[in-house]
Amino acid sequence: MTEVPEHLLKRAQAAKEKAAAKAAESAAPAESAAPAESAAPAEAAASDSRIPAHLLARSQAAKSKQAVTAEADPSTAAGGTATAVVTAPVGGAVVVAGGGPPLAAGPGGHTQRLLTVVKSGSIQDVKAKPQDKVHVWPHLLVVEFVAALVCTAFLFIFSWLVNAPLLELANFNQTPNPSKAPWYFLGLQELLTMFHPMVAGVTIPGMGIFLLILAPYMDKNPSKRPEDRKFAIALMTVHLMFWGVLVTIGSFFRGPGFLFTLPWTGGVFFEL
Amino acid sequence: MAKTMQGSRGERAQEKMSEVWEKTQESQAWGSIFRPGSIFRKGYSDSPRNRSYVIMNSVLYHLHPVKVKRHAVKVSYTLCLGGLSFFLFIILTVTGIFLMFFYRPTAAQAWDDIYALQTSVTFGLLVRNMHRWGAHLMVIAVFLHMARVFYHGAYKAPREFNWVIGVILLTLTLLLSFTGYLLPWDQLALWAVTVGTNMIGYTPVFGDQVRFVLLGGAEIGTNTLLRWYVLHVLFFPFITVIFMAIHFWRVRKDGGISGPL
Repeated sequence: MTEVPEHLLKRAQAAKEKAAAKAAESAAPAESAAPAESAAPAEAAASDSRIPAHLLARSQAAKSKQAVTAEADPSTAAGGTATAVVTAPVGGAVVVAGGGPPLAAGPGGHTQRLLTVVKSGSIQDVKAKPQDKVHVWPHLLVVEFVAALVCTAFLFIFSWLVNAPLLELANFNQTPNPSKAPWYFLGLQELLTMFHPMVAGVTIPGMGIFLLILAPYMDKNPSKRPEDRKFAIALMTVHLMFWGVLVTIGSFFRGPGFLFTLPWTGGVFFEL
Repeated sequence: MAKTMQGSRGERAQEKMSEVWEKTQESQAWGSIFRPGSIFRKGYSDSPRNRSYVIMNSVLYHLHPVKVKRHAVKVSYTLCLGGLSFFLFIILTVTGIFLMFFYRPTAAQAWDDIYALQTSVTFGLLVRNMHRWGAHLMVIAVFLHMARVFYHGAYKAPREFNWVIGVILLTLTLLLSFTGYLLPWDQLALWAVTVGTNMIGYTPVFGDQVRFVLLGGAEIGTNTLLRWYVLHVLFFPFITVIFMAIHFWRVRKDGGISGPL
């Protein structure tokens, strides 16, 4: 069960208080209208039944009204339009059954009667769980705007301070030593020193991408918690480190002839 | 009377302004630009309904729902990496269009054009720098985005296919960067691409053919430059935009960004 967010709890609490205040308010007139003996059960029912207080009050008022009309005009009562009111045991549901046939109109011309009040969730399975959501505007858009601004500022200042390299015109007769691929391919170039070019340039990176694509289909573990997926995390970390280390070696530890060199003694042979 | 009229000139100007503003908002042209319910039609005051209208009545509705889960706006969860990758793509498009005005993709002119861009075009050097560093930054951002998604397990059902699209987008990002690498036509570009394309030749079965098509010949030359230029400014951006559209659409269809751990 997900934790109910704080603001929803607060809202529920406020609604509850409001309902309680309303019930107390409406209980007073019902008490005054109804005979003294019926007031006590009504109060008891309001306190420990699950029926909303205002419905209880309404039924109490209707009961007392019917008692009055039956006394004043016995003929209507004999006609069968008077309603037999059955009050269910406290804690259950109120069942008000229409006494007469459907054609006969009740007091005020109503042809419908309240039969029962069923609390939501007692029969239906309510699946919707409260979800803690916020408006995209302003919450998300502000974050995105700030992120974009910071990114632009960083790029702008960096580009202002550091110039992109532009070496001399391309010359087919003069091979620079060492010749290096762009940095993200230096891992592959590093592999070239160890394996046959087909293995280094095609098989290994191809397998890498293929395994990445297959990752969600091979990983059958439904959990997202880090402690449940140690193997997957370890595997991915090894994979990322594999490329990270190769790219670092290819970038900074390879000098003329693509031979191993230390950047702090042999210098850096690296252009972005 | 006249004095008081003059004294409240500022007031009258303000009245006039609000009158013009009201008339503008009621005009047909204004109404045709902004949809009914748009905050530009009816003004904005901070209320939950207006917060929804901001998204619902703007083009942003294609990208964002009206509401997202609270944790989805936590910077510590996403680190903004996917969004920043997209933003860098936009920056690269804008700066790239600027560069296209000053560049001819032929072996005889490419290097001179870049040199002239840096030395005699206003902001030419700055925009070229931004394009270059932005490209490297985008490779890093996309890579880190992938790592973040993996470590959060965000590729799990129902998001498996969006992960696949993401891996395709990573590959496309590398290809975009690599095709742009050749365009300055300097020693760095020529030999880096030579090293890179030599590897393609070792692909089994059709390696030599692929290399021939990519280079427009047996060796790198002016044909290669034209081909990579078209790949860089049209072909790969086009494919990337299509895959990005599917990627963003699937993010929403699969239930927004993934839940907390």
